[in-house]
Amino acid sequence: MIRRTTIAIVGAAFVGLVAGLVLSWRASIAPIDRPAPESFSADSVAHGEALAAAGHCVSCHSRPGGEQFAGGYGVNTPFGIIFGTNITPEPSTGIGTWSLAAFARAMREGVARDGSHLFPAFPYYAYTKLSDGDIAALYAYLMTRRPVIMTTPANTVPFPLNIRALQEGWKIFFFESARYRRNPSKTDEWNRGAYLAEALSDCSGCHTPRNVLGAEKIRKAYSGALVDAWIAPALDAANPSPIPWTQDELFTYLRTGVTPLHGTTGATMTPVIREGLALPVVPDSDVRAIALYFSDLNHASQRAPTIEATLRQALATSSVGSGQEYDPDANLYAAACMACHYNAGPVPLSARPELALNSALTLSDPTNFIQVVLNGVSSHGGAPGLVMPAYASSLTDSEIARLGAYLRRTRTTRPAWTDLEKKVSAIRRQPAASR
Amino acid sequence: MTWREHRRNTIVTTFNLNGRAVSVHSPGDAPLLWVIRDELGLTGTKFGCGIGFCGACTVHVDGRATRSCITSVAAVAGTAVTTIEGLDDEGKHPLQTAWLELQVPQCGYCQPGQIMQAATLLKDYPNPTDRDINAVMAGNVCRCMTYIRIRKAIKLAAARMREGVSND
Repeated sequence: MIRRTTIAIVGAAFVGLVAGLVLSWRASIAPIDRPAPESFSADSVAHGEALAAAGHCVSCHSRPGGEQFAGGYGVNTPFGIIFGTNITPEPSTGIGTWSLAAFARAMREGVARDGSHLFPAFPYYAYTKLSDGDIAALYAYLMTRRPVIMTTPANTVPFPLNIRALQEGWKIFFFESARYRRNPSKTDEWNRGAYLAEALSDCSGCHTPRNVLGAEKIRKAYSGALVDAWIAPALDAANPSPIPWTQDELFTYLRTGVTPLHGTTGATMTPVIREGLALPVVPDSDVRAIALYFSDLNHASQRAPTIEATLRQALATSSVGSGQEYDPDANLYAAACMACHYNAGPVPLSARPELALNSALTLSDPTNFIQVVLNGVSSHGGAPGLVMPAYASSLTDSEIARLGAYLRRTRTTRPAWTDLEKKVSAIRRQPAASR
Repeated sequence: MTWREHRRNTIVTTFNLNGRAVSVHSPGDAPLLWVIRDELGLTGTKFGCGIGFCGACTVHVDGRATRSCITSVAAVAGTAVTTIEGLDDEGKHPLQTAWLELQVPQCGYCQPGQIMQAATLLKDYPNPTDRDINAVMAGNVCRCMTYIRIRKAIKLAAARMREGVSND
């Protein structure tokens, strides 16, 4: 009896394994000689360049300071570091032997030319929504780049998660190959924005929380998530910014990396803007469309009437702490921060990010505040022309906690943060992000 | 640290200093202040507290007053850094002439930082109130207590800059 059961279990496991292998198997697509750059139309290449910028491909497919598209940036995932690959048209280490069909399959189904499954650190689940024309334009642009010989570093995903065939299981649960579906009740501009945000720029890749298997929680789309030890804030009605993200505000922010009413970009959003949406090759109309889509999502038009009052209230707090003070926390703030963060009004200056308007202070979690105080903002880390010193070597955990509590108390109406000092200490001990 | 280890830990950082491109080999986390004083030899910028709380080390990074003792050299890659030596070619920035005229300094140690901070203040607020001055200058301390004269000099310079006169 026992023997029969064993045979049955082993048999079922074997059948399951075979079935899994069959399901996960994908044919290799025959290698081609690298297409001659002249074989692509100039229009197609130019269109692809704009798409590649809006899709900020270089932020994962280049090392900091390395050759564009030659790969090597390490994406920190809960499963290990996954390195962006070389997507220059180099035959041995890049995608020089990939036909358009192979490229399209990778973009839309997450399968490499040789038939192996790609990890969803590469957001094929978003690119699957791209149109045929856009895929072909991206292909034309990448195949006309300078080929670079550069072997991608090995991923650090441990066994057995590194078995690529297992990705088939992930795809069965979480992936649907489908093009963008237009929302007929919305305008063309809104639909253009939704298409770019969801199919190309993959905004949800950072702003939507993920489940334990690393798939986006669709029902919590754009409700904010932790990425590389920073919080990518919610983009829906729960957005923490005191001033709503109107289309104009968001357009300026995505184009320049900073607005006076919201402050500067930081962390992984910076390359999305500076190496992507801020580039002149991306048309204004596309960035405006993305801005419209998210201004709708965070109900900006309903909140717009509150802007003036919120602004007035915020600026009224700007000089709090500058007078003769007996509060040691106020003195700490005046000495360390006020020289740059004070605004005289009536409108804050973008070079003086107004803390009462900054989401780092209004988020329910102090992570972003702690990160920026500890590490500052380097010349390549935020908006162009803004550098903030790093206070890690000058302020203790308890001093940063006091500053955070003081600003939260005096600049916002939100409840006090809890366990602030412990959180500062935990973030201080984290290794620096790769960028 | 051996020479080899030192080489391994250093990076090349390129930025513009007082209008001249410079490339320095130093550890990426080396404070900009050390690089300016020890490697590039400009000693007008002073070391005070070393923790960004006194303002003596203030320089401009892309035109903004920045505490150079807690800003790493890697953080200013590609920017334009201005020190007190580069604020004006002839040392005749309206703030500098006002400072001389009103004999602001006593010991003088904090004054380069005070002037650099004041320059940002006037760029943002050409007609500063006492409240503006108190707030923006709050992080620049002076143990000789020259604050009253600093405020006067800022207002004098502001008035001249608004009129477009440079007091040559």
